Parts: sequence; C-alpha cells; structure tokens
Amino acid sequence: MLTFMASDSEEEVCDERTSLMSAESPTSRSCQEGRPGPEDGENTAQWRSQDSDEDCEEDPDRYACSGVPGRPPGLEEELTLKYGAKHVIMLFVPVTLCMIVVVATIKSVRFYTEKNGQLIYTPFTEDTPSVGQRLLNSVLNTLIMISVIVVMTIFLVVLYKYRCYKFIHGWLIMSSLMLLFLFTYIYLGEVLKTYNVAMDYPTLFLAVWNFGAVGMVCIHWKGPLVLQQGYLIMISALMALVFIKYLPEWSAWVILGAISVYDLVAVLCPKGPLRMLVETAQERNEPIFPALIYSSAMVWTVGMAKLDPSSQEALQLPYDPEMEEDSYDGFGEPSYPEAFEAPLSGYPGEELEGEEERGVKLGLGDFIFYSVLVGKAAAAANGDWNTTLACFIAILIGLCLTLLLLAVFKKALPALPISITFGLIFYFSTDNLVRPFMDTLASHQLYI
Amino acid sequence: MTAAVFFGCAFIAFGPALALYIFTIATDPLRVIFLIAGAFFWLVSLLLSSVFWYLVRVITDNRDGPIQKYLLIFGVLLSVCIQELFRLAYYKLLKKASEGLKSINPEETAPSMRLLAYVSGLGFGIMSGVFSFVNTLSDSLGPGTVGIHGDSPQFFLNSAFMTLVIILLHVFWGIVFFDGCEKKKWYVLLIVLLTHLLVSTQTFLSPYYGANLVSAYIIMVFMGIWAFFVAGGSCRSLKLCLLCQDKDFLLYNQRSR
Repeated sequence: MLTFMASDSEEEVCDERTSLMSAESPTSRSCQEGRPGPEDGENTAQWRSQDSDEDCEEDPDRYACSGVPGRPPGLEEELTLKYGAKHVIMLFVPVTLCMIVVVATIKSVRFYTEKNGQLIYTPFTEDTPSVGQRLLNSVLNTLIMISVIVVMTIFLVVLYKYRCYKFIHGWLIMSSLMLLFLFTYIYLGEVLKTYNVAMDYPTLFLAVWNFGAVGMVCIHWKGPLVLQQGYLIMISALMALVFIKYLPEWSAWVILGAISVYDLVAVLCPKGPLRMLVETAQERNEPIFPALIYSSAMVWTVGMAKLDPSSQEALQLPYDPEMEEDSYDGFGEPSYPEAFEAPLSGYPGEELEGEEERGVKLGLGDFIFYSVLVGKAAAAANGDWNTTLACFIAILIGLCLTLLLLAVFKKALPALPISITFGLIFYFSTDNLVRPFMDTLASHQLYI
Repeated sequence: MTAAVFFGCAFIAFGPALALYIFTIATDPLRVIFLIAGAFFWLVSLLLSSVFWYLVRVITDNRDGPIQKYLLIFGVLLSVCIQELFRLAYYKLLKKASEGLKSINPEETAPSMRLLAYVSGLGFGIMSGVFSFVNTLSDSLGPGTVGIHGDSPQFFLNSAFMTLVIILLHVFWGIVFFDGCEKKKWYVLLIVLLTHLLVSTQTFLSPYYGANLVSAYIIMVFMGIWAFFVAGGSCRSLKLCLLCQDKDFLLYNQRSR
C-alpha cells in the first residue's frame, strides 16, 4: 500500500476539512495565508513543502490563490517531479535493506532453507508423485491461505468500523510481541549456530529483551524515526523468512501471484476491504493502523498554528509517524499492501516554520512479499546470484512504476501487483533461460 | 581461493563503478532511478537474447559437438546487437520523457541528455559486469584450486579485468551513442556496434589472455578519449582541471561548502 504522507501529528484536528478530502479534486488548493480554507485540497498538500510557501512569499501575485485558475499550471507538476524522485528513493532504500537482510540470511543460515514441516494454513503437502497432483495441492494451499488473509482483513475492517480500538491494539501488540521476541530469539539462535558462536543464556536474555523492548516502544509509541524504520524493516524481514521457510515451493509462487491479484481487488474495488479501511480512516482523520505502515519521513512542524492563527503554538510533536506495530497476527495477516493518502493536519498556507518533510508510506505487507520473492529466488536458484539480482531489479522497477502511477492518480494504490508480476516474470525467465546462457558464457569466459 | 582473491577481484572489477556511483549518482535521486532503469533495459535485452539462443538450441535439438560452439558464437553476436538495440530504445524513451518534462515545465529541471547518456551507460555497464562476474566471484570464496587441470591459473584475475573494461566501455559507449543519436550521426552508432562486437568476439580467444585484454583496454582508451571530447571536454579544460586552476569547479566546490 502506497501513500503519501502529509503530517502525522497525533493531535490531528478533525474538522470539516477532512470529510472533503477524498472528494476534493487534487488540483484545487488555496495558498492564501491565514485562511484555513475548508476547501483546501489536502491531497496536493503532500507535495507542498516549504518551497512552495517560500514561493508564495516571493511572488504573492502569482501564487496568491493556488487552488484557483490564476495559478500557473506547471507549478504542481514541477513539485510533483521534484518530490517524486525523492520519494522513490526513500522507498528504494528500505526495500533494498529488507531484501539484503533476507538474502544474506538465506544464503548463510541453513535453517531457513531446510524443510521442517508446513504451516497449518498450507496443509497440503507437495511431496506427491505426479506433477498434476503437486500443482493441485499448491493451488489448494493458496486458496486456503488467501481465504485466511481475506477473513482476517475483513475482520479487521469490521473491528475498525465499529471502533473496537482496544481489541485491534491488543491484537497488534500480541503479534508484534511475538515477532520481536520469539522470532528474534529463533533467528539469533540460528545465526549463532551457523557461525558456531557460543552465547550464554544471561547474555542472550539481555540482548533479546533489550531488542524487543526498544522495538515495542519504538513501534507502538514514540521513538527516533530511523530506529522505527529499522525495526519495521527487521520485523518484515523476520516475517518474510518465516514465510520462506514454511511455505512449500510451488505454493509460495502461486500464493505470491494470488496475493497480488487480491491486493489489486481489495484496494481498487469500491467494496474492497482495504479501500474501505482507507476511506474510513480518512473520514475519521486518523492514521491507518500506525505500525502496519512504513513511513519514509516524519513531519515535524514548529510553530504551526491550529484553529486560530492568533495563538501560535510552539512545538508540535517532534515525531509522530504513527508507527505502531503491524498486525501480522501469526500468518493470517491483513497485509495492507496498498497505498493511501493520510490526511493533512496542518493548515496549508499557514506559516510553516521549521522543517516539514513529506514522505511516502508503504505497507509492511509489501515489504514482506517483496522479500519473500527475492528470498525464494535466492534459496531456490542453486547458488545462482543472477536470478536474485534480476528479481531485485524487477521489483525496484515495479515499485518505481507504481509510484509514478501514484503521482498521477493521487489515491491509494496497491503496491504489489506490478512489482510481483515483474518479479515473477523475471524469476522464471532468468532461472530457465538466462541462467544456462550466462553459465555457458562464463565457463568459456566469453563476454557479451 | 581465498578471501584475498575474492576481495581483490571484486574491487578490481567493481571498484571504479562503485566510485562513479558514489560520487556522481548517489547524490541525486533522479539519477539513481535512471541508472536502475538502464540496468533494467540491459536485463531485458539479455532476456531476449537468451530466449533466441534457447530457441535455436531447441531447434537444433541440443546436439553436442562443434555446433554448440557455433550456436554460442551466434548467441554472443545476437546478444550484442540486441543490447545496442535496447540502448537505442532507452535513448528514445529518455528523449520522450525529456520532451514530456520540458513541455510540462519549461524551466530546466530535468537532467540533460549528456548526463542521461552517462547514467544509462553506467547502468548498462554495471548490470553487464555484475551478471558476468558475480557467480564467478561467489565461487572464488569456496574451496578449490584454479587451473589444476591445466587451465590458466589467472582465471579470476582475467575475468575481473575483463569485467572492469566492459563496465567502462559501456559508460563510454553510452555517452558516444547518445551524442550520435542527438546529432543524427548514424555512423557513430555503427562504430559503437562494431567495437562492441569486436570486444566480444575477442573474448573467444580465451584463454590466450594477453592479446584479448590488451586490445580491449586499447579500445577502451580510445573510446574514453572520444567520449571525453564528445561530452564537451577539451585539452584546455583537462589541463585546467589537472592543475587545479579550473575556476568553475573550485567555485562550485566552495559554494557547496
């Protein structure tokens, strides 16, 4: 799920603006200072930064009413392009880091490539004598897995709609506890085993406890942005490793394909659960389940006025990127691979002193499935790095294209379909066609 | 095959490309995106050439013998042609994107064509080098003795140097190629294609590395000089730069401090 992040302050003002947000056309926006206009198009506000406000000051005649026809048409696109590339890189880096962690682990730690049973969500085995049977079993596994995911998502959306926040928070806390403590403990154990390093229990306890406790605090409450991002990347990587270990071969590929279709449907269809979730959150002017989302930048606004311009409040919250945990309750996760636009809390056109960074948000489900794809490519490809690299580049290009579409459409978009499609195409074609070619060339030391 | 071989060969092959990336590309997000897009285009060209090679192999029923060698030669030549074709395709795409950006926004925010030429060349080069060499590199970490059956013991070194020259050549080819396309000098495209074919076919001389590597490096030096002049350099500017008298460069550095 890809979204543009406006400001994520905790005390977001819920007022009449927000209900107009989704209906607002993206191009209308008022730039008049001191006028917290309700008709401001918040969607474009994300693009705004200090630059545009400075522009307003420098050339007030030109930019007096930006939302109004007097505004030069190129301004919005210029800002779009200026910030588009930066946003793309802000997402490339964490996605790359997550994939690097997963690939490094897969290539070095044997545990995650050994077959030690399957999840209950994929009950059919793939050790069948015939190819047709195997294919059938993997399709059945996929159906079960996807229906679990759909049920969980709908359950979550229903809970959210009926404002059962405590239940949701409890669920999220439980699952992040499990990820941060149990899976980390297992991971650490396996890494130590691989490198034959002995660690006594007290040290282990200390390390895991500190890691987990700081993670819980960072993800659910407040913490430095970089630390939050790091923890989210870690838990996505851990989750992806679990999937890679416990999903059988063919089921994993079919599941990847199916989940990108589901993502497309859930985000774009009017009655799709994820879309309803996004719209409900936007109506209530709340951030969507902070912690299911990786946020690439914080918003830190100093001296941002609230409802009345006369009382210039001082510091707003330094960071609140709303990073809570991800709701990966075990494996039946509502993956939130979708894009959305968070509501803007500040008033555009007010004097925004201090730094304000606009960012993009990407759901943790996307991280997980990208890493599953690349990890599977690394695990399955007989020590071949070309396949892994090809999948990596394909996923990055898919993400780039998705962000381009996000810039064009400016609404919630699914981040999985394009990347996973490219990734799958490149995996199968590189593994079967390119690898023999490159191997033959390399063995004769020929260069193309 | 030790860690020394691994790191040594890795840095020989990828050191200059990494340095170029860190100092010129990593600072600007737009350039990174164009680099990755260039790498993607090269990847697609490789995919296409593998498909053709595979089809031809299937058609000839996978018989062993000299036919495999001819098929391989054919595959290499075809692959080079397809790579240059995709370079042209990338040029056309960038041109369209550039024009689109210009029409949307008349002020110059998009990178210039020369810069895109360099970035795309580097993208092609990095991807090409990585795909050629990374499997060999990862094998060099494992156990074994090079050349135990009478092959050359300089296998890794040769591959590393060859990878380096290919990466640099792609950068220069990119610059020269795009310039030729911009100024409609079609003979430049032909020259690039021919030199690429020359370098690739020379690698058939393995394991007689001497002639192979030396001529590849000579070609690289020539292409480098040509690319330097095409990109706007001159003897005078080179002298100024080397003697640290280049006012523009010094002022620019001071400004950014």
